[in-house]
Amino acid sequence: MTETDRTATGQPAPQDNVQWTRVIQPQRGLFSVPLAEIWAYRDLLLLLVRRDFVALYKQTVLGPIWFIIQPVMMTIVFTIVFGNIANISTDGVPHTVFYLAGITMWTFFADAFTKTSETFIINANIFGKVYFPRVIVPLSVVLSGLLKFAVQFTILIGFVAYFAATTEIVRPNWAVLLLPLLLLMMGALGLSLGMIISALTTKYRDLRFLMQFGVQLLMYATPVIYPVSSLPDAYRVYILANPITPIVETFRYAFVGRGDFDLMHLAYSGGVILTLLILATVIFNQVEKNFMDTV
Amino acid sequence: MSTPALRVENVSKMYRLGEVGTGSLSHDLNRVWARLRGRPDPYAQVGAVNDRAGEGTRDFVWALRDIDFEVGQGEIVGIIGRNGAGKSTLLKLLSRVTAPTEGKIFINGRIASLLEVGTGFHQDLTGRENIFLNGAILGMNKQEIRARFEEIVEFSGCAKYIDTPVKRYSSGMHVRLAFAVAAHLETDILIVDEVLAVGDAEFQQKCLGKMKDLSTKGHRTVLFVSHNMAAVRQLCPHSILMNQGTVVNSGETTAIIEQYMTLGSAAEREVSWAADARPSGGALALNSVRVCDRNGSVETPLSSADDLFINIHFELAEAVANLRVGISVLNSEGVLLFLSSDFAAAKPGGTRSPGKHVSRVRLPGRMLIAGRYSLEVHIEIPRTQTLVDGVLCNFEIAEMAHDNWGPMLESRTPGVIHPELEWQTFMTSES
Repeated sequence: MTETDRTATGQPAPQDNVQWTRVIQPQRGLFSVPLAEIWAYRDLLLLLVRRDFVALYKQTVLGPIWFIIQPVMMTIVFTIVFGNIANISTDGVPHTVFYLAGITMWTFFADAFTKTSETFIINANIFGKVYFPRVIVPLSVVLSGLLKFAVQFTILIGFVAYFAATTEIVRPNWAVLLLPLLLLMMGALGLSLGMIISALTTKYRDLRFLMQFGVQLLMYATPVIYPVSSLPDAYRVYILANPITPIVETFRYAFVGRGDFDLMHLAYSGGVILTLLILATVIFNQVEKNFMDTV
Repeated sequence: MSTPALRVENVSKMYRLGEVGTGSLSHDLNRVWARLRGRPDPYAQVGAVNDRAGEGTRDFVWALRDIDFEVGQGEIVGIIGRNGAGKSTLLKLLSRVTAPTEGKIFINGRIASLLEVGTGFHQDLTGRENIFLNGAILGMNKQEIRARFEEIVEFSGCAKYIDTPVKRYSSGMHVRLAFAVAAHLETDILIVDEVLAVGDAEFQQKCLGKMKDLSTKGHRTVLFVSHNMAAVRQLCPHSILMNQGTVVNSGETTAIIEQYMTLGSAAEREVSWAADARPSGGALALNSVRVCDRNGSVETPLSSADDLFINIHFELAEAVANLRVGISVLNSEGVLLFLSSDFAAAKPGGTRSPGKHVSRVRLPGRMLIAGRYSLEVHIEIPRTQTLVDGVLCNFEIAEMAHDNWGPMLESRTPGVIHPELEWQTFMTSES
């Protein structure tokens, strides 16, 4: 070994002509996102998505059909409880397709949010052993969610097609072109909220309890089982303040033909999401490097 | 000087002791406040030296303090030290699992760690799927893994089970597969921490050979942490000795291992304690441990030819049943030579009355070779309670043996021990 016996010089100045490829330091920039590194680990990202998909349904008989059963069952229950018993308005849209549309979009968000929020706790073991850009895990979760969404979306399309043919109300329109944007917004929102929560849970486990019912409550603050148009004016402001509302409403407007479609609302939502995304990056960066000491 | 692959400069790492979470919010706020004013971390100054034996009076401890060393490309360096010396923390910093509190680490090339077996193996996935996943976690891309897939499978010896979920694997197969993936990584620096403990002897040798190959042929740098001194000696020409969060010494492995074995105390053949500092457990307190020659002296050099005696003085506050006093003797390489206890001599179910006792054991001459030894004292009530465990005492045996032709010339007998055995040679009609 060379120079191992040299004493501490006190001067961190490796002046010799060595090209160091990496320097590990205590502090890191607040906003730095290791994009190059994430790109270098893109195969890991895809493998994690694949793992989630494959491992989830190993040793199950029905396999990915479970993806479909879940929203369909929920739709049936919602139709009975909220549609038929509670008689909540669906804006004249057939109950089934109204709820299915809401559920499909909501599930994408809720999954992204809850699963991302567990990033550090669930992966503590592996994070404690190996380094890779931590953000890969939440990203893979959102991508897996997208895959699941794709499967559930085909079912929705089936229902939409059926009701478009049989009723006058269900009319998909040009707004379907906004779908990629809506998914991007929804994914980014779930990701940022989840990352914030996951970063905070490493120290303050209390948030996990909050998460358990928080998501459920959030669903009722989002127009999943009711349309915005049915809201009394007093509540409308609050529901519209929820950044998820415009996304769900736009989605429903595009595919079902009824919904509160307003570009300003959508822009507001985008602004909130962008702010949250920046905040999430900052917090996540802070926690990422040292979280193993506290988790 | 070869090109450095790694340089660690004044690196320190502080940990918070005790329950993390309670009261941490106020600490965090204090920290943030200090940072906003441009002041140093208010808790950084209070950190204590990492000495596990002493009751910590402070909430913060330096797991690493001013670590400074450099490793050249293609070297294999062993890192040794007792539990809690900071070895694993150092590796965690190097592998970027956690960040240093102070100091900088410079790395040249890709670094990957094999910290624990099967990290990131998903139990439901097959061996094949896990090779790709694990490789990716360790930083390889698909092409790299595919290019080496055959090699990895062959090295692991799991070809037959490659399409079976790894949850059906034995622990040995787990290790093999995990090591195979890591060993075939396209990295410049490989960090290996105690992974060989699980595999069988044959596989361990295979791993050591592979690591040596990586260094000599592949020109990779390997950092190897282990408590297995034999493995360190076999693999690493150079080693770093750590103790209480600092680098004590670095250099040639043989010398470093010897230093490690006698760390903390010189060859002390007599260890005794003040009344309030005695190692104790239950009703028992240890007074002293002495390694004597036949005359009871702890000063005169011990000869490998003569008997030596170990006297363990202890005191019982009340009557104790089934007490067992035992020792283990380790050589300078940390190899446990033997265990011995007074179990056979003591009557089972016998009770020792309160008061002062001495346990005396004779180690026959012509058994241990010249060298330094460590003695550990264990006192227990079998299957019930360990009263005293691992109290250390060091002694040195000089080669003063004479055989039939006079003083032995060789300064050190080869082998671990050199017992006097009975030989007979005669003519026989048997073949």
